[in-house]
Amino acid sequence: MTSLDLANQFKAKFGDVLSEPAEFRGEITIRLADAERIAEVCEFAKKELGFDYLVDISSLDNYGEDPRWTVVYHLRGLANGCELRVKADVSEEKSELPTVIGVWRTADWHEREIYDMMGIRFRGHPDLRRILMWEGYPYFPLRKDFPLAGKPTQIPEVAFTQAAPLEGGPFVTAPGGKDAIEREPRVRTPEE
Amino acid sequence: MATVQDTEIRDPAARASAAVEELRDMQGEKMVLNMGPSHPATHGVLRIVLELDGEIITKADPDVGYLHRGDEKIAENMTYTQFIPYTDRLDYLAPLANNVAYALAVEKLLGIEKNLPPRCQYIRVICCELARLSSHLLGIGAFGLDLGAVTVFLLTFTEREKIYNLCESLTGARFTTSYTRIGGVSRDTPPGWCGAVRTFLNEVVVNITEMETLLTRNRIWVDRTRNVGVIPKDVAVDYGLSGPNLRGSGVDYDLRKAQPYLCYPDLQFDVPLGSVGDCYDRYLVRMEEMRQSVRILHQCLDKIPGGADNQTKEPVNVADGKIVLPAKEKVMSGMEELIHQFILVTQGMNVPPGEIYFGHENPKGELGFYINSRGGGTPYRLKIRSPSFVNLSILSHLLPSHMMSDITAILGSLDFVMGECDR
Repeated sequence: MTSLDLANQFKAKFGDVLSEPAEFRGEITIRLADAERIAEVCEFAKKELGFDYLVDISSLDNYGEDPRWTVVYHLRGLANGCELRVKADVSEEKSELPTVIGVWRTADWHEREIYDMMGIRFRGHPDLRRILMWEGYPYFPLRKDFPLAGKPTQIPEVAFTQAAPLEGGPFVTAPGGKDAIEREPRVRTPEE
Repeated sequence: MATVQDTEIRDPAARASAAVEELRDMQGEKMVLNMGPSHPATHGVLRIVLELDGEIITKADPDVGYLHRGDEKIAENMTYTQFIPYTDRLDYLAPLANNVAYALAVEKLLGIEKNLPPRCQYIRVICCELARLSSHLLGIGAFGLDLGAVTVFLLTFTEREKIYNLCESLTGARFTTSYTRIGGVSRDTPPGWCGAVRTFLNEVVVNITEMETLLTRNRIWVDRTRNVGVIPKDVAVDYGLSGPNLRGSGVDYDLRKAQPYLCYPDLQFDVPLGSVGDCYDRYLVRMEEMRQSVRILHQCLDKIPGGADNQTKEPVNVADGKIVLPAKEKVMSGMEELIHQFILVTQGMNVPPGEIYFGHENPKGELGFYINSRGGGTPYRLKIRSPSFVNLSILSHLLPSHMMSDITAILGSLDFVMGECDR
């Protein structure tokens, strides 16, 4: 039983909301059209397809596109040796989807981290607090519109923090597709 | 003069609730105790808020993030090569293994992981296994120190020092190695280095045996670790544990066997498993993994293509000027190499759009990189799946009902590092 066979079984069961499995570098990715059904879909993947191990949950900020968020689940079956990536899109207005903590307990901290970094909420999570940043931090730092140098923050009556002092930095390397002056590592404001 | 006396006759239900009230006074209140972030047994800056009933833990709430530097945000703003030094600072007790994991992830995205020259693969495996030895030596040494076995710590640190010396002569740095490059390694092994590794291996097995005689059948050690912090198989899988912590619970899963990479399929080694899943099992698994690492390293030194000092001039980098920097003397004399050098430095590699996840069997567990590329020289998103972060999430489930004094044993046996947990 290969990962592709399992992905096809998955597709057969949830044909209305799952996309055709796509393969890149030997990895199978399947897209879920309706993020509201993620818990139900994951429950099936665990119980019927043997994906008993949740490797990771990550999140993408498709800044400037709609829907803005993508939540990426990496599933693995320890016994069958198969892996599958499930991606679910979430719109910016909603910024919410159901938790999968009832399927895999390890989702707890992964979901807290995504909430902390991107500001996507997980409905039904028992303890959705910030995890890496401190309680009361006002921003979501991994969003594409948050500057690399940070923003000043304040905890009332406790502390005031300036953005990190970087001598003339931070130096940002822009991806290709522009001319060499645009690309090179140099100081950039987030508007650029 | 007659006095009126009120007599209160309460019904049974009221009497029972009054009895609970009285008992509550006798039980006393639960105490909230803050452990860390600066505490020798928390191995860095982990903070745990404990609720104690006498000496018994009733609730534990781990608080992480004190070492958060925003590595994932930083990665989005630089080329793939520029991020290599940041990987040193994830699990800073095994920087060589992190370098290899990151390089392999980017190479998978580029689709060149099968083209790596054999000598490069062997050097990388040597790096990984040296890192595993170094990390487990520190892990067991600190574990012993936390439970009062100071001698073990001195023995392991003597051996770790030798590994650092080997790192220094291989990479130029003892700690922050930044040794791999995308598509290869920064330099070949220096003359005589393989011989020095061999000498080290012969010395370290003597010390591993010495550590075993100090701990494995030590009555105090066994009493403090056996049946403490038991993680059953299903719970370990449910919480996504990886590495020695998963195998200590008896789950036979090692990425070097399950999804072989580099030259691991050519090497003979065994994957040790625990039976109960307690602190003692996790200790035994790490001990045996060190012996297996020594076994792997001996095979690598025997089989390394080109021999110890590369007499046959085997390449250590992929032969692709669009991925690996050309030799400096060629840059100064050749047009094509000059262009390659210029493009690689200012723009980075031309990585295809796509997304990959690569999991690497690091000493602490599965270190994974999820890279989402939209083409060009910088990643659109780079997510680090750090084993320590995931392994620590079990604490709030594992600690309650244990004694206060068991915390040091449990934390020591989980062997985490906060630089990687907080990223």
